[in-house]
Amino acid sequence: MDIGAWWEWTTDWLSDAQNVLFVVIALVMVFAALRVVTSPNVVHATLMLVLALGGSAALFLMLGAEFVAWALVLVYIGAVVVLFLFGIMITRAPTGRDPVSLDHKRRWPAALVALTTFVTLASVSVAAFEDRVIENTVSRTGDLGDLLFSRFVMPFEAVSFVLLAALIGGIVIARKDPE
Amino acid sequence: MTVSQFLVLGALLFSIGIYGVLVRRNAVLVLLSVELMLAAVNINLVAFGAFLQDSLLSGQAFALFVITIAAAEVGIGLAIIVLIFRNRSSANVDELDLMRW
Repeated sequence: MDIGAWWEWTTDWLSDAQNVLFVVIALVMVFAALRVVTSPNVVHATLMLVLALGGSAALFLMLGAEFVAWALVLVYIGAVVVLFLFGIMITRAPTGRDPVSLDHKRRWPAALVALTTFVTLASVSVAAFEDRVIENTVSRTGDLGDLLFSRFVMPFEAVSFVLLAALIGGIVIARKDPE
Repeated sequence: MTVSQFLVLGALLFSIGIYGVLVRRNAVLVLLSVELMLAAVNINLVAFGAFLQDSLLSGQAFALFVITIAAAEVGIGLAIIVLIFRNRSSANVDELDLMRW
């Protein structure tokens, strides 16, 4: 595809308001994700994860998956991030500016692996799906609930059992042994 | 909206997460990067679900399962990190050489 056709396609793509919204959310998410992996401050990294996950909740709303979006906000931003902050406080991770002890010195091999992964995944998925359009699909939360308790009831029960086991296991692992 | 834009964003977030897992020394930050990778997978699942117009809503159902498993993983992972910190007074992954031969 030459430059002119590419430019025409891009301006055409950006003329849709949803795509402009997508670009804004994607830029915020990528910035937040980069800060999660590069921030010298542990608490800042955790709070940036909130921003990245909020962006993905916004994308779910754009894709018409309301229940998943709000479940993500409740479970991740409400519970998991608070758990992470507790973990940081309990392990007394260096919360000041101390980049030496937070990162390895060998950054370039890791960056090379990440870049190779990105190029592979992105080129394969773009080559496979080119510009197939997602039709506007708003799904009803009630339908999802019905499906969770009919078609997906066995995985649902299995997942709830895993969650119970993880709860008990977490208590057993983390508590102090009584002398 | 095309499918590719969501897939490329997912790939980008996933590779940023891989970078974080490889480069961070603190175990809590490694878990944070894993969460980033799981979020990228969720974006892919929901985007494919919307694209395929699935009447069973499998994409969203599996995204919910991934969220649940991720919550369990964080709980167990942080418990293990707290235990390691209590025993070795350090949560750095490169100092955990207890099982090195």
